[in-house]
Amino acid sequence: MQDPPVTLTCRNVWKVFGDGARRVLDAHDGHPPAEALREAGLIGAVQDASLEVRRGEIFVIMGLSGSGKSTLVRCLSRLIEPTGGQVLFDGQDLLRASRREMIEIRRHKMGMVFQHFALLPHLSVLENVAFPLRVQGVPPGAREERARESITLVGLRGREHYFPRELSGGQQQRVGIARSLVVEPEVWFLDEPFSALDPLIRREMQDEFLRLQTMLHKTIVFITHDVEEAIRLADHIAIMKDGEIIQIATPERLVLEPATEYVAEFTRHIPRGKVVTLASAMTPGPAPGAVAGALSARARVAEVADQVEAAGQPFAVVDDDETVVGHIDGRTVVDILIGRPVRGGEGPR
Amino acid sequence: MIRRGQPVAVPWTALLWLGLIVASVILAEHAKDLSRAWDARWLMKVPSELRIPLKAEVSAFMAWLVEDVRFGPVAFTDITRGMAWLVEQPYDFARALLQSGLTRGQGEGAEQVAPPLSWIAVIAAVVAMGHYARSWTLAAFVGACFLYLAVFGQWDSAMVTLASITIAVPIGVAGGLVLGIAGWRWRAVDAVLRPVLDLMQTVPIFAYLVPILFLFGFGPVAALIATVIYAMPPMVRITTLALRGVPAEIRGFAVMAGCTPSQQLWKVLVPSAMPSLMVGVNQVIMLSLNMVIIASMIGAGGLGFDVLSALRRLDIGAGLEAGLAIVVLAIALDRLSQAFANRPSPTHASQHLPFVRRHPWSLTVALVILGTALLGLVMPAVQSYPDGLTLTTGRFWSDVVETINVRYFDQLEAVKTFMLLNILIPVKRVLLGLPWPWVIGLVTLAGWQLGGWRLALLCFGLSGFLAVNGLWDDAMTTVYLCGVSVAIAGLIGIPLGILATTGSRMGRVIAAVIDTLQTLPSFVYLIPVVMLFRVGDFAAMIAVVLYALAPAVRYTAHGIQAISPQLIEAGIAAGCTRWQLLTRIRLPLALPDIMLGINQTIMLALSMLVITALVGTRDLGQEVYIALTKADTGRGIVAGLGVAAIAIIADRLIAAGAQRARRRLGLAG
Repeated sequence: MQDPPVTLTCRNVWKVFGDGARRVLDAHDGHPPAEALREAGLIGAVQDASLEVRRGEIFVIMGLSGSGKSTLVRCLSRLIEPTGGQVLFDGQDLLRASRREMIEIRRHKMGMVFQHFALLPHLSVLENVAFPLRVQGVPPGAREERARESITLVGLRGREHYFPRELSGGQQQRVGIARSLVVEPEVWFLDEPFSALDPLIRREMQDEFLRLQTMLHKTIVFITHDVEEAIRLADHIAIMKDGEIIQIATPERLVLEPATEYVAEFTRHIPRGKVVTLASAMTPGPAPGAVAGALSARARVAEVADQVEAAGQPFAVVDDDETVVGHIDGRTVVDILIGRPVRGGEGPR
Repeated sequence: MIRRGQPVAVPWTALLWLGLIVASVILAEHAKDLSRAWDARWLMKVPSELRIPLKAEVSAFMAWLVEDVRFGPVAFTDITRGMAWLVEQPYDFARALLQSGLTRGQGEGAEQVAPPLSWIAVIAAVVAMGHYARSWTLAAFVGACFLYLAVFGQWDSAMVTLASITIAVPIGVAGGLVLGIAGWRWRAVDAVLRPVLDLMQTVPIFAYLVPILFLFGFGPVAALIATVIYAMPPMVRITTLALRGVPAEIRGFAVMAGCTPSQQLWKVLVPSAMPSLMVGVNQVIMLSLNMVIIASMIGAGGLGFDVLSALRRLDIGAGLEAGLAIVVLAIALDRLSQAFANRPSPTHASQHLPFVRRHPWSLTVALVILGTALLGLVMPAVQSYPDGLTLTTGRFWSDVVETINVRYFDQLEAVKTFMLLNILIPVKRVLLGLPWPWVIGLVTLAGWQLGGWRLALLCFGLSGFLAVNGLWDDAMTTVYLCGVSVAIAGLIGIPLGILATTGSRMGRVIAAVIDTLQTLPSFVYLIPVVMLFRVGDFAAMIAVVLYALAPAVRYTAHGIQAISPQLIEAGIAAGCTRWQLLTRIRLPLALPDIMLGINQTIMLALSMLVITALVGTRDLGQEVYIALTKADTGRGIVAGLGVAAIAIIADRLIAAGAQRARRRLGLAG
């Protein structure tokens, strides 16, 4: 299958706080070693970050507080001016865009959702959602109509005239989501959108978010500190620590092949069955004996566990072309579900 | 770091200062003799070689500005007079609307074109505002306040005062907003504004009245401009702080929504900061009222003028009545503007009503204004409150005061004499007896200990300023009066502040009284004091203590309330008695706040001292006041700067001390 084109690229982006940051960066040809920063009394909030976000995917940046994830997403939208590097959006270098151009890009192509909602307290739900259109100069009638659509999309119909303080946290974030979508952005930044919510509401909002994405197919950069949230939502995950990206991979690869002990520590408690696909879990080659049936290599282990266990016989694993690429038995499934090291071979990527 | 636990912790600093104070007291006693014995008169009196002719230079500069500066054909004074004209137009209109009515023609030949708003219309307007801002209770309250003004014959003067406020407040708010925004956006502007604001707030108004009179001409407008200068600084500071306080995410959202910089400011940041900004508006209103009252003494008319002329006639009843009118007006304006500041934000229920239902009050008020204006043409009682129905309590108050003065003369006199002999005079002797280099040295040393060499340099420079300008004795008198007053205000205020936090009925009463005290214009405090104690240092001290008490109480209460309840619970769990809780936990932790309260008390005391010059003190305030009566720009400005110098030294020393205390307690800077 062909990968969709890259929408947003970030190359060797640095954000260094302190006086003379630019000079130190230039002196080391754009790649200052950690000691050089320390000597100059500088703080490298984002260090040499590179990543690619493909059209229509959910790209999650995950890290603990202070890891630089929020700074990085702000560098991508130029809310914070990066000290060095390149940010390409649809082939255009954002860091070279003029102030006027940036305003236009933000007005029409970017949307952002904030951790603490950032709703304007003096405006009603409708006015809040219509606000981005208002600053563009869209006439009242048209912007109200589009705002109403957006409000309906997030399921807040009937609450148009409420004020933010009259809504619950989850509802407020729905307003934030409606507001960020009202301009129909190409790229959608979500900065820890559900972190301020209670666990139950958080779960509900994640489902809601996935539902929206199946409808809208936005290119998404999603920030979180919650590894389960990351695994659940992401197509790709970038893990950050101390300003550096230490690994970018699919959730499955991250769990199966953590690049460092730090990443492994994060993913240790993730239920493998929900992440690992049959392609990774199977033993390559056809089964030696009879098989109970065929299963897709893309299926996750947890999804087929009941079936495999009940059959008492191995299943063949087939790829998208229905070609048999391997087999899987109940023993392997159980191993993965209870978290034993996987015996199966390393299936094709 | 808490060093208390160490085995031998000798409080060297405390010992040093104890020693220095004892030495100072002894030195003050013998300094005169010493200077005579050593033939060193310069120790007691700043020698003329060190004096600088700043007063003369300021006066000369002012004369040059007024007479010689021209931009082509336009003289500098033309510009300033033009500005005065600009301010005068809305002021005349406001005054016509509220008090004099619209007139055509000048002077004697003027004829009234339209009458001013009737008293009924004005009261209806404030009642509607009260209801709009909060509730019927508030509406009834402010309505009663204004009715009082009418019934007790203070209407005309009160409306003159109100007219000044309605002009001064928008100018002060708009100017403060603009400067505050500039300070928020450009750090450099902020750096320049800070010291200027300090000066605007600490240089007494009398000091810049003279140059303002020169530049803007005599009349109510000069008073208005002085008022704005005095009332604007808090708005500037609050604006900058409020904009900085807008959450970073809201600012981020404004950028991400694609707002232009001006859209960010006016559509996002300013509306988000509105609740804080309204606090600033309330401050501007109250400070304006304070200053309008004082400035009205120099010809603007109004309630302040009534009080002063009544006191000059020794008409105690009339003075008290006009004073009460000021109190009533101040409380009404404060409650009203606070209600506007804390107005509950709208709810979804309030939308979607037809225009008339949404604006019932503006319509009613418009109808009342129109109706009373028409009715007033045929029924004068509707237009202006009938004289025959006014009440006066003047006689009553005169009798009360006379009775007190006759019956309790001995007691009052005994208190006064006791305080004078045992506190005021000894302190004054010490401070005036000290050689000036010694005092400068002490202040500089304190600055060095609390804030390093920069603060030391500042203290040295500012105290030196007092010496080289020949203000030393006046300055020491100011320090003495201010110091004694602040000490007494602290001794009364801190326990009251502790009481106010106990949550009892008593606490609530104290809080209410203090809130009210703080809203009263400083000038009001002079009235009862003069009546009971006549003139002199003691009368001045009482007025200063009353005026400056509020922050000592408030900050103490605030500091104690701000302590984390967990710490108190930990104390209780450790078995502390109530007394131990207070002395071991509450007071030490509240110390930084208490210090800031004392700091505010000092600032208020200094500003009040200038006004007490009217009751005959012999300090810098008197110097400023004399300069005002003689229209001597240089003398007034330099003495005013002297007051500011003392204020700034005190402020910086205490702020540095509070900062240290905070850091020591681990409360973060």
